[in-house]
Amino acid sequence: MADRPLIVLAGADERDLTRLEEYRAIGGYESLARARTMEPQGIIDELLASNLRGRGGAFFSTGRKASFIPKDSPKPTYLVVNADESEPGTFKDREIMDRVPHRLIEGCLITAHAIRSQHVFIYIRGEYLEEFEVVRAALEETRAADLLDGVTVVLHRGAGAYICGEETGLLESLEGKRGQPRSKPPFPAIQGLYAAPTLINNVETMATVPKIIELGGAEYAKIGTPDSTGTRLFCLSGNVERAGNYELPHGTTIREVIYDLGGGIPDGRELKAIIPGGSSMPVLTPDQIDTPLDHDALRALDTFLGAAAIIVIDDQACMVQLGLRVAQFYMHESCGKCTPCREGTRWMVQLLHKIEDGRAVQGELDLLLDVCDRILGKCLCPLGDAAAMPVASYVDKFRDDFQAHIDHGGCPFGGESSLEGLLAPVEQHVHHPTVELPS
Amino acid sequence: MTNPENAAHFRDEVRAVAAQYPDRHSAVLPALRIAQHAHGGWLPREAFEEVADALELTPAYCRSVASFYDMFHLAAVGRHMVEVCTNICCGLRGAQSVLEAFEAELGVRAGETTDDGEVTLRTVECLGGCAWPTVVALDERFRLSVQAGDVPGIVAELGNG
Repeated sequence: MADRPLIVLAGADERDLTRLEEYRAIGGYESLARARTMEPQGIIDELLASNLRGRGGAFFSTGRKASFIPKDSPKPTYLVVNADESEPGTFKDREIMDRVPHRLIEGCLITAHAIRSQHVFIYIRGEYLEEFEVVRAALEETRAADLLDGVTVVLHRGAGAYICGEETGLLESLEGKRGQPRSKPPFPAIQGLYAAPTLINNVETMATVPKIIELGGAEYAKIGTPDSTGTRLFCLSGNVERAGNYELPHGTTIREVIYDLGGGIPDGRELKAIIPGGSSMPVLTPDQIDTPLDHDALRALDTFLGAAAIIVIDDQACMVQLGLRVAQFYMHESCGKCTPCREGTRWMVQLLHKIEDGRAVQGELDLLLDVCDRILGKCLCPLGDAAAMPVASYVDKFRDDFQAHIDHGGCPFGGESSLEGLLAPVEQHVHHPTVELPS
Repeated sequence: MTNPENAAHFRDEVRAVAAQYPDRHSAVLPALRIAQHAHGGWLPREAFEEVADALELTPAYCRSVASFYDMFHLAAVGRHMVEVCTNICCGLRGAQSVLEAFEAELGVRAGETTDDGEVTLRTVECLGGCAWPTVVALDERFRLSVQAGDVPGIVAELGNG
């Protein structure tokens, strides 16, 4: 692990990069100055050469997406930054906003120039109050230093809805509506925010752009693997000694992250399962621990790198309870627009409750898989898939856990599972006083 | 916000926010947030009328938007809000015991407000602090690595705040 290039968090351990003068002391905003001497197409060419792919989870080519923006639109063109990080297990964009807000802003300004946009909106997750405050302070410094050059940057706070991390749900929310995803096409590049051409990029993607301009796309592409270039902020959490964000090149193995950097599993427990990309991703088993963390390697195992959130699960966790809690989350966050997702996630929760409580009959295990199958790929956005994919993988790979619940008429962990009794928001007792509170 | 001076101030503040956007609808979320703050942490009927008035929308539209988002409260809440993450990463590391410690210390169940109207306790979905379980938001400020044993001290702090 000697070679650990830092791109996104470079310099943040040594200096307080929330301050403009500190960021400038390490060459901050020099990429912006250089980019502004370049033709917009020249920047897109560098992005294409870098093979940078979106860090929000979809991993689509950033350069290609930028190239879809029409160059002759009579309407304004918008850059929207998706800072609505809410996938369980993911906490990288929060750290980027907290520690390197100027790198994010610089990336936004370079990208705005690449698509000839004068308008940037950063949609920040509502719960990220302190991050909003840090980015706002950095933006004030940028404005005072005359670095915006006529570009308006608006920080827009969300208000608690996972679905607004989906790009068209985000656009609806930014337009002051309920955050229900749109049908595509038209794609945002043609009709996005206010029905105008819109490029939507993730925080980490934007914070990577300054380094690509500095190094040149071809040089950046040498980091990582040919298909998955550059570094990634891997969010390590769950049953692991040293959880946290680790910026590492793509292609680092799961074992290196969990054991070499993360210090392994605490309390003498055994590794049981690994979620490689956030709660919506199909699970991996301990025998797959030497898999490199890149797109192709994980695709070969029928899972995804997603938002690079690695959740470590030890042998104290009941996989039925894990599936139930994951399904409860997606049920809570389903926007209700598409029937398979709205109803299917509820059925999943009902079935998982029955299995966990020992009330399920044999056929209901297959019924659960059938429900998952009837959600997959049948909705406007991937939220339903995000519930169905992981839960189906838990049944597939940990069938014994599920079968034991049916055979024993209850949870074989007998109340000792680490996830026992976890109260999901969707099921909490809701009571509000009906009378006015005393002032 | 019965005071006309406050009402005028609210309208000015909301319209200043709306001026940042090409379309005033975009200011609905920020306006609801300002209104919720002015009304003691929740959105009574008047709040929707005030937001609608400032943005030239209908109260029903504003309510329909607010009801989509977890951070808007459509019924009264306590002076303080305690939100405990019970998603999987915190869950694997003892979130339920932290929640139960808050329930015991405050004498309410999750989703309820204390009788004196001081504290509302609720569970929330992942707050994005998964490496530092359990994450608890106290009046929207994150407390990381909270354990059940920390709860009495946190509740005492709220009592003094």
